[in-house]
Amino acid sequence: MNNTLLIVLLWPLVSMVLSLLPAKEAAGKTAFALSLAGLLLSVYLFLGFVPANGMQQVMSYAWIPALGISFKIGMDGISLLLIMLTNVLTPMIILSSFGRKIENPKAFYALILLMQFAMLGVFVALDGFLFYIFWELALIPIYFICLLWGGKDRVRITLKFFIYTLTGSLLMLVSLIYLYLQTPDTHTFDIDAFYQLKLSGSQQAFVLWTMFFAFAVKIPIFPLHSWQPDTYVDAPTPGTMLLSGIMLKMGIYGLLRWLLPTVPAAVHEYGFLIMAFCVAGVVYASCIAIVQKDFKRLVAYASIAHVGLISAGVFTLNSEATEGAVFQMLSHGVNAVGLFFIADILMTRLKTRNLAELGGIVNNQKLFAIAFMIIMLGTVALPLTNGFVGEFLLLTGIYAYHKWMAFFAGLSVILGVVYMFRSYQAIMLGSRHLSDSDFSPLTISEKTVLVSVAALVVLMGIFPSVLLDTASPSVKALLSLINAQ
Amino acid sequence: MDLIISLIPLLPLAGFILIGVLNKKLPKGLVGIISNTAVLGSFIISFYLFLSFLKGADSYSTELFPWINAGGLHLGLSFMVDHLTAVMLLVITGVGFLIHVYSIGYMQHDEDYPRFMSYLNLFVFFMLLLVMGSNYVVMYAGWEGVGLCSYLLIGFWFKNTDYNNAGRKAFVMNRIGDFGFLLGMFLIYQTFSSLDYKEVFEAAKNYPKGDPTITAITLLLFVGAVGKSAQIPLYTWLPDAMAGPTPVSALIHAATMVTAGVYMVIRSNVLYMLSPFSSEVVAIIGMLTALMAATIGLKQNDIKKVLAYSTVSQLGFMFVALGAGAYTAGLFHVVTHAFFKALLFLCAGSVIHAMGGEQDIRRMGGLKKYLPVTHITFLMGVLAISGIPLFSGFFSKDEILVASWSYSPLMFVVMAFTSLLTAVYMFRLYWLTFHGDFRGTHHQQEHLHESPSVMTIPLMVLAVLSVIGGFMGMPHWMSEKLGVHHLFSEFVTPVIYAPKEFILSHTFDFSLLIGTIVVLAAVYYFTRKMYVTEKVVPEEDSETKSFQKVLANKYYVDEIYDTVIRKPLDAISEMFYKIFDINIIDGIVNGIPKATNITASVARMLQTGRLGIYLVVMVIGVICLFAFKLLL
Repeated sequence: MNNTLLIVLLWPLVSMVLSLLPAKEAAGKTAFALSLAGLLLSVYLFLGFVPANGMQQVMSYAWIPALGISFKIGMDGISLLLIMLTNVLTPMIILSSFGRKIENPKAFYALILLMQFAMLGVFVALDGFLFYIFWELALIPIYFICLLWGGKDRVRITLKFFIYTLTGSLLMLVSLIYLYLQTPDTHTFDIDAFYQLKLSGSQQAFVLWTMFFAFAVKIPIFPLHSWQPDTYVDAPTPGTMLLSGIMLKMGIYGLLRWLLPTVPAAVHEYGFLIMAFCVAGVVYASCIAIVQKDFKRLVAYASIAHVGLISAGVFTLNSEATEGAVFQMLSHGVNAVGLFFIADILMTRLKTRNLAELGGIVNNQKLFAIAFMIIMLGTVALPLTNGFVGEFLLLTGIYAYHKWMAFFAGLSVILGVVYMFRSYQAIMLGSRHLSDSDFSPLTISEKTVLVSVAALVVLMGIFPSVLLDTASPSVKALLSLINAQ
Repeated sequence: MDLIISLIPLLPLAGFILIGVLNKKLPKGLVGIISNTAVLGSFIISFYLFLSFLKGADSYSTELFPWINAGGLHLGLSFMVDHLTAVMLLVITGVGFLIHVYSIGYMQHDEDYPRFMSYLNLFVFFMLLLVMGSNYVVMYAGWEGVGLCSYLLIGFWFKNTDYNNAGRKAFVMNRIGDFGFLLGMFLIYQTFSSLDYKEVFEAAKNYPKGDPTITAITLLLFVGAVGKSAQIPLYTWLPDAMAGPTPVSALIHAATMVTAGVYMVIRSNVLYMLSPFSSEVVAIIGMLTALMAATIGLKQNDIKKVLAYSTVSQLGFMFVALGAGAYTAGLFHVVTHAFFKALLFLCAGSVIHAMGGEQDIRRMGGLKKYLPVTHITFLMGVLAISGIPLFSGFFSKDEILVASWSYSPLMFVVMAFTSLLTAVYMFRLYWLTFHGDFRGTHHQQEHLHESPSVMTIPLMVLAVLSVIGGFMGMPHWMSEKLGVHHLFSEFVTPVIYAPKEFILSHTFDFSLLIGTIVVLAAVYYFTRKMYVTEKVVPEEDSETKSFQKVLANKYYVDEIYDTVIRKPLDAISEMFYKIFDINIIDGIVNGIPKATNITASVARMLQTGRLGIYLVVMVIGVICLFAFKLLL
């Protein structure tokens, strides 16, 4: 039996323990090396994956047999791509924190690795209860990361974030238990049993809304987003990256894996309404991004717009948009890490992210300017960058679903350029000259992160087929499961 | 063959990467050699392909690799070269190469010379992608890519905020058009389940004329063309784009990129031919743009701005041709326009170079004796664009006028009048720049000099092309006399679905010819009298009055956009943020815990632990119970 998936899942947990061993000064480097090893493991996993074979490396151990709970994991193409996303981004996130002042680094990096473990768990769990455990487990490290290493207003903001998402999670727990009780006699949390449930219309509606709330808060979908900008801005940069790069994908993944196939009739019934909210959020958040002065907050709102589009695509239930959604989850993760890192570089160097106070950085920071430009082009979905592939597929699919929906969602094509190019100009261009003492040259770790992100933006844009082909059969299987019922 | 075709775009891409990566580590000479060789290489291959078409080749296609496969969508990064593409390839790489050569002289002393050359190479790459793609998405990739290069090159001198704003404006306005293009593609995919030209056009041929879906598709695509080719209402970015270095204006904003919209419509001629309504829209927008831009051109005093409005106007001519169904005439004008407009811009660059950066024609005059080569070549360009018989612009414009006459006499009248205006503003520009007395500073006068030969040789080549380039498309009466064919339209016809013939009576042709000569002679005479003999110099901006002021201010279109779009958008965004997001949405969210708090503090009073209160509550409760029972 092939245990690679289990090893990939458990590796961050092992890394967490190992990273606590060495001295404080070496904590970051140890964590980075260990997460890099985790990346290699997942590359091995990726190479062994056969897209056509559906759910793979499934393993199931009875955990609490009396309650029908088992430790059941497995992966299809969608899970695998999110595993890859998590394991590619985690080392980059760790690396991006190098050279920053971090108190108690051992705990900091241990929490990041714990977070990685929990998120991987979410992407591979095939048992409702296990899924819930991982889902909640992921909240704990990020809560502490934001609370202990966050900005000025961290206590209030983090508490709000915590309560908001916890409320969602509890509703999800209710719906999971509800589903559990509907399963045949011996009752089980097994996902396949959930898929086979024959629920009435009102039962489906109940499950849909309770579960949707949890996912919608995490993503976040308009109008449940108001925790997001404050939290993103106040969290330490690695925390923001974890939240936006990976954690919010748990919500979208949850929609795809747990919600849609379980209650397809309700999705058909309410999908339009939900999409309307998603699309409204796209336009709404894009507009708000235009008037932001703090670059990090601008990126936070831009992120709401982008994930709104992804979520809208998920509810079209057609393969173009669904594959687009999977792909865009990856692109958004990469680009968000890049943009938040840029915000961080500005903050550490110039002590401000206020667009009005910046300018002229291009004059002595060519590499920074080029990397920023490429990441920005990915964000505004220029063809041959990663953003285009996802956005094009999403909008194609949304158009097939409803043309006016695509029209409004597509406005982000224009608005995105307005706010991104405006901020690029404000930050980078102009005559202001900064000397090396104002803006010290990028360190090697900073360069590595920026160049990796920029390279991914371009490579994913030119060769998206590597990833799309991985997801394609799984998306097809998922959609046929949904549309069959 | 596959490899050779792929090399056409890949050579400039390689040039971009090489120069971009090594940048200032390369000696300047090498930068020039690499960038020029790359484009020259593409030109040689293009020419080779062109010859094979002359020998009867049909079309070539090749796929680099599969690009986006998802659901029913199968898009390859694939190229196709047919007759239409072959013409565009020659223009892009040919004129592009000359401008690259010129740029060596023009930009050599700029500290960012390598960056400039690498951007030019990148631009050529995207432009080639645009015309070589075998499906709409590859075209779109090139389409957006050239927009990016345009942005990068308009704002090339990024220290200047105005230039940066101009670049950004160009990109945003192009994006508005691109959005239409995108929606058009979605509708194409929904209708035909494909975005490949071949499949789409084959399937479209089964649709009836006037089908509403086809009309919607063509209108949406045309929105893209309107943005890229600077037509009403999305044209205002082009004059601002003159902020870029002059070779950029010549290459991107005159000869190639702005004609992408024309290319796209010709490429989709099967669709447009099925929709008379869309074609009508194309023709009318083209007509209005041609006229409006020409009137603005009359009052501009910046040498590049005059040329920019002239470009907008000439693009309008092309769309009139397309709308009238004269696709080959439209493409023909793309070619001749590329020759003479690139020439005019490069000459303007040479003038600006000599004038130490001055662009205001009110400060020029009498440059004829200082810049002899520039003067003669510029004059050739003026004669060509004005449509002096036997110069290239005459032939292509004549075809468009003929087509517009068959389309509607009113259209003909407007276009003929616009041609007249074209001649007026071009001669005005010519006299004010090269004749009369020098009106600049003494310092400028001392430094007046002809440009080096690396700049003047491209001028001469383009001047020759501007003069003789028209003969490949002689009007019917002329070719009949000479016993040759209309080479150009014959070459392109295989690409056109159901090509129309626009042959009018020879009487009409001759009267058109005579009319042209008479009118142009009059324009020559009167403008010369005004600007040379009477030495009229346009007044300073503050003195301009009434309608002239409206013209000088470009009909206040920018101001209107500002009031109608930008300010409301900002206001709405601000309202979304400050009122909705912070107060309402977050207010409600924050209200929930507050409400909980209040409820809790009220409820807490029930459990104070004081016996008295418990007793009171109990008594009230008992009374209520009794009352309840009694009442029932």
